[in-house]
Amino acid sequence: MAKVSMTVNGKPVTADIDPRTLLVQFIREHLHLTGTHVGCDTSQCGACTVHMDGVAVKSCTTLAVTADGANITTIEGLAHGAQLHPMQEAFRENHGLQCGFCTPGMIMSAVDIVNRKGANLDEHTIRHELEGNICRCTGYHNIVKAIGDGARAMGAQKHAAE
Amino acid sequence: MYSFTHHAASSVADAVKSVGEGKYLAGGHTLIPTMKQRLAQPGHLVDLNKVAELKGISDNGSVLTIKAMSRHAEVASSDVVKKAIPGLAALAGGIGDPQVRHRGTIGGSVANNDPVADYPAACLALGATIVTDRRRIKADDFFQGLFTTALEDNELITAFEFPHADKFAYAKFRNPASLYALVGVAVAKRGSDVRVAVTGAGSDGVFRWTDAEAKLASNFSASALDGLKASASGLNGDIHGSAEYRAHLIGVMAKRAAAAA
Ligand SMILES: Cc1cc2nc3c(=O)[nH]c(=O)nc-3n(C[C@H](O)[C@H](O)[C@H](O)COP(=O)(O)OP(=O)(O)OC[C@H]3O[C@@H](n4cnc5c(N)ncnc54)[C@H](O)[C@@H]3O)c2cc1C
Ligand code: FES
Ligand code: FES
Repeated sequence: MAKVSMTVNGKPVTADIDPRTLLVQFIREHLHLTGTHVGCDTSQCGACTVHMDGVAVKSCTTLAVTADGANITTIEGLAHGAQLHPMQEAFRENHGLQCGFCTPGMIMSAVDIVNRKGANLDEHTIRHELEGNICRCTGYHNIVKAIGDGARAMGAQKHAAE
Repeated sequence: MYSFTHHAASSVADAVKSVGEGKYLAGGHTLIPTMKQRLAQPGHLVDLNKVAELKGISDNGSVLTIKAMSRHAEVASSDVVKKAIPGLAALAGGIGDPQVRHRGTIGGSVANNDPVADYPAACLALGATIVTDRRRIKADDFFQGLFTTALEDNELITAFEFPHADKFAYAKFRNPASLYALVGVAVAKRGSDVRVAVTGAGSDGVFRWTDAEAKLASNFSASALDGLKASASGLNGDIHGSAEYRAHLIGVMAKRAAAAA
């Protein structure tokens, strides 16, 4: 067993785990945060995307022991109480999901794209940056629209805060 | 995945001392999938992610040094790399997808020497030196066939030294599903010396295309390669493309790289 400590959605957590525990298993099975999904388990689909120290990573391809000391944000950590994050709101407004399985990963990637590329994203940039996320329902059209709108809303929110 | 013990190394010396029969864990983006498939089953992992000595990028005006644990995203966005060898930053920015680039490292990629990986082509074309815990290895001596390198058991890559070039570019034809190179060609020019390295195609891994080097040495332009055909013998053929198709792509990618350099 190995001891890990990390911060997940702002809360410190500590646990004794088998070293082969994947970060996604730790999040889902130990912390019971089941918003992060496992689509492929082979590093392709991005359904398991979370933020590790501020950047998007595939939690099915990261060991929980490697995340010791890290700051993790999952889809559950985006909203403020009942108030959805602007990117979540944009997915709702644009019907950016069908079955919803890929959605948590899509939204975590979308927020990461805005963090890296800014709030004004053209369609080409969004599609290119989404290479690590697969939607089995193939609902890309509305996902791309949602990310464009969500990015603008994040930009406006940041502007208002400054 | 079979069980293993895990040690978070605190330094290069600690990592080398504690690895034993085990394996180093860098970004994990090759090793973890391989362990899930039980193609690798190390009993012990020495995690390099907390080793500060293995991080950082610097340049002394003629040689760019990239430490082994630099993530692909760090190399892609580094102002030091963009100034010294811009084509190398572009190569790193074309590896996998954003999430892969946030975890994968140059050390892990080159140690693994996957025949479809991108960095080996840059190391070979630029004549990089691979620095380890115990010696310095020239790229020409480092890559020794499929997933095979000059590294001894337990030998740890600490850094890569890339001497600047007058011109350098890498052109990649991606396999759209895996994102790896179906064919990738790196072209480097230093004075009258030209080196062309091909990845993705060779059944023995990365190799130099000396016919193209000779043509580009006398006239460094895409048109110098007109009519030059790579041989299909010794190339991979699979469901993604025949050996002949890959041979054709080598010519196309070499021209694109020469034009972009
Ligand atoms: C979806 C996906 C797409 C990808 N696309 C591409 C692509 O387009 N092009 C490309 O080139 N790669 C691609 N990769 C591979 C990616 O770049 C890997 O990150 C890389 O090959 C391995 O680096 P790592 O840091 O993850 O190493 P790890 O997986 O941690 O290690 C790989 C091997 O190297 C050894 N090792 C690691 N570091 C060292 C060191 N410092 N010294 C000695 N040995 C060491 C390990 O023991 C292990 O055997 C992709 C991967 C995925 C999952
Ligand atoms: S579950 Fe992690 S990439 Fe698909
Ligand atoms: S909405 Fe069903 S997988 Fe994307």
